[in-house]
Amino acid sequence: MMKTDKGMSIIVKTVTRISVWLIILYGIYIIVHGHLTPGGGFGGGVVIALAFLNVMLAYGKEFTEKWLNFQLLHDIESSSVTVFLVVGILGISLGGAFLANFLSKGDLFELYSAGVIPVFNILIGIKVGISLFLVVWLLAGINPEEEDE
Amino acid sequence: MILPYFIIIPLIAAFLISLIAGKKDQWAISLSLIAIIAVLVLSVYSFIIFQKETLIYNMSGWKFPFGIVLVMDALTSFMLVMVSIISLTSIIFSVQYIRYIDMDWKYYSLFMLLVTGMNGVIITGDLFNLFVFMEIALFAAFILVAYGRKAEEFEAAFKYAVMGGVSSILVLLGIAILYSATSTLTMAKVAEELKLLNPKITLWVGGLFLVGFGLKAAVMPFHAWLPDAHSSAPAPISAMLSGVLIKALGLYVIIRIFFNVLDAPIIFTKAFLILGAISILLGVFLAIGQWDLKRLLAYHSVSQIGYMLLGLGLATPLGILGGVYHLFNHAMFKSLLFYNAGSVELALGTRDLQKMGNVVKILPVTAQTSMIASLSISGIPPFNGFFSKLIIIIASIQAGEFWFAFFAVVGSLFTLASFMKVQRYGFRGENIIEIVKEKIGWQMNIAMILLAFLCLLTSLLIIPGIKEVTLDPVVNVIVQKAQYFNLMTGR
Amino acid sequence: MTIYLLCFALFLVGLYGVLTKRDIVKIILSIGIMGYATNLFLVFVGYKSGAIYPILSEGKCIQPMVDPLPQALVLTSIVIELGTTALLVSLAIKLFQKYSTFDITKIRRLSG
Repeated sequence: MMKTDKGMSIIVKTVTRISVWLIILYGIYIIVHGHLTPGGGFGGGVVIALAFLNVMLAYGKEFTEKWLNFQLLHDIESSSVTVFLVVGILGISLGGAFLANFLSKGDLFELYSAGVIPVFNILIGIKVGISLFLVVWLLAGINPEEEDE
Repeated sequence: MILPYFIIIPLIAAFLISLIAGKKDQWAISLSLIAIIAVLVLSVYSFIIFQKETLIYNMSGWKFPFGIVLVMDALTSFMLVMVSIISLTSIIFSVQYIRYIDMDWKYYSLFMLLVTGMNGVIITGDLFNLFVFMEIALFAAFILVAYGRKAEEFEAAFKYAVMGGVSSILVLLGIAILYSATSTLTMAKVAEELKLLNPKITLWVGGLFLVGFGLKAAVMPFHAWLPDAHSSAPAPISAMLSGVLIKALGLYVIIRIFFNVLDAPIIFTKAFLILGAISILLGVFLAIGQWDLKRLLAYHSVSQIGYMLLGLGLATPLGILGGVYHLFNHAMFKSLLFYNAGSVELALGTRDLQKMGNVVKILPVTAQTSMIASLSISGIPPFNGFFSKLIIIIASIQAGEFWFAFFAVVGSLFTLASFMKVQRYGFRGENIIEIVKEKIGWQMNIAMILLAFLCLLTSLLIIPGIKEVTLDPVVNVIVQKAQYFNLMTGR
Repeated sequence: MTIYLLCFALFLVGLYGVLTKRDIVKIILSIGIMGYATNLFLVFVGYKSGAIYPILSEGKCIQPMVDPLPQALVLTSIVIELGTTALLVSLAIKLFQKYSTFDITKIRRLSG
C-alpha cells in the first residue's frame, strides 16, 4: 500500500497495513471452521467487513476506492447468492430436497466434513462481508448537509 | 414437488437481475416477467390440481416435526394465484411508469424480493420462517415506498419502517412465548400442543399476534402508517402494497394463526368483528373528506380490510366465504384504482381531484376502467364487489349480528358516495385540460384492461358449480381448523 | 421468574422510547432496545440450569446442553435487526438532508 496524505497518522497506517491481512485471515478461519466451532458465515463475514472498514478509516475513502474494484465486489456479492441458490437447487436433484446435503459427510471433527454446510458458510461469508462493508461505505458517503438532485 | 419453486424462482430472479442487468433495464424487465409468469403458471396449476390435498415439503430433507416445512393447501394456492396475478399486472404497468422516475434494475430486483417475501409467508408452515420471510417482504416494501426519492416519500417510508419494526418485534415476542410453551415452531405441532396447555397462553400470544399482524394489515387503531405509505409510493407499488401486501402479511397470517393454529377462540373472533366494524366506518369517513386521489384510495383500503375482518369474525362458513372472496376481489379492483391514479398522475401531473377534469377525453382507457373499478368497490351488480359484500351482509344477518350488518351497509353507501365524488370531480370533472404531460403507453393500458376484465370475471366465482371448485375448498380449510394439522401429522 | 420480568421491563423501556421520543435517532435506538429485550427473552427460554454450551467437540463426553434452537433464532433476528437499523439510519440521513432536522414533530409534510 502506498503512502498518501489523506487519512490518519503514520502509526495508524502502519499498524493497519500489517493487521488488515491478519484480520482477514481470522475471518476466513472463522468462516471455514463454521461447522466445527462457534461462528460461521455471518460472524466471519462481519470480521472481513471490519478489515475493509479499517482500511477505509485509516487511509481515507479515495485510497480505498482505488484499492478495491467496486464493480467486481458488487458482482461477487450478487453471484455468491446465485451460487447459494444453485447449490440449493442441486440439492433437489441430488439430495431429494431443497438445500439438502449431497456431498459426503466425512469424519466428525475433521475440516472436510458436514457435507454442503461449509460451502454455504463460505458463500454466506462472502455475501455478508461484502454487503456489510458496502452498507457502511454508502452510509459514510452521504453528506447530510448537501441535498442531492 | 413444486413447493420450494415459489420461493426459489423470484429469489434467483432478484439476484440474477442485480448480476447481469447493466444500465439498461431491458434485461431486468424480461427476467422479472419470466419469473412472475412462471410463478403464475405454477400457482394456477397447483390451485387446479391439488385442491383437496395438503402437500408438505421438508426443507433440506429433515423429517416433519424437526425441520422447516412448506405446506400447501387450497388457501395457500388461492393466495399465491392472487399475488402472482397482481404482480404480473404491476410489472407490466411498471415498464413505463418507473422509466418516468429513473431507468434502473434496482426496482425490479427489489420487486422480486417483495414477491419472494410474500410467497414465502404464504407457503411456509413454520412460525420463525414466516417471520423471516415477512421481514424480507417488509424491507423491500420500505425501500420501494421511498423509491421516488422525494421528501414526502422518505417521511412515509420512515413512518412505515418504524411501525413495521415495532410490529415485527411484537410478533417475534409472540413466537418466543409460543416456543417456550410448546417447544416447537412448526405450526401444526404448535396447534397440537396448545390443546393440552393452559388457555391463558393462547390469550397472551393471540393478543401479541393481533397487534403485530393488525399493524401489518392496517386494521383501524393500527392504521396510521397506511395512508402515508400507500399514497407516497409509486403507483405500481401502491397497487402491490394495497392489493396484496397487507393481505399476505396481515390477513392471511391472521387467518392461518388464529383459525388453524390457535383454534379461533371466541374472544378473538369477537375482537375481529368489532375491529372490522370500526375499520369500515372510520376508514370510509376519513376517506370521503380527502381530495388527494391516492390518499382517498388508501383510506378505502382500511375500510375494505374491515369488511374482510368482519366476514372472518363471524366464524360461520358463509361469513368466511364472504371474507375470503372479498379479499380476492379487493386485490383486483383496488390495484386497478391505483393504476388509474398513477396514469392520471403521469398524464396530468396532479393527484388533486379538484384540478382534474375531462379525463374521459384525453385518457379514455383510464376513465372507463376506473368506472368499472369504482362500481366494483362500491358494490354495484354485476361487478365482483357486490357479491362479496352481499355475502358478508347476509352472513352477518344469519349469524344474528344485525348491528354489524347495518354497519356494513352504511359503509357500502358511503363508499358509493365517495366514489361518486371521485368520478364527478376527478375523471368527469368540469376543468378542461388540454396539455398532456406524458402519453400513456400500451403497457399501462394493457395492465388496466386486464384487471378491469378480471373485475367482471371474478364475479363468476360465486355461481354454483364454479363456487364448488374454487372458493369452497378454501373456506373448507379455514372452517375445519383441526384438519390442517391432522393431515400433516398423519391422522 | 424475576429475570423474565426484567426482560419485559427492558422491552417496555424500548416501547416507551418509540412512543414518546421526538428525536429520530432516539426512536431508532428504542427500536433496538425492544429487539434486544426480545432476543434476551429468547435466550432465556432455551436456558437450563447446570447445562453447558451446545457444541460437540473432540474428546468431550455428552453432558446436558442448553437448547440450541433459540440461539439460532437469536442470531437470525440479530441479522434482521442489523438490516432494519441500517435501513432506518439511511432513511434518517435522507430525512435530515430534506428537512434539516431530526425532530419528528417538524417532519410533517404528510397530514390528514
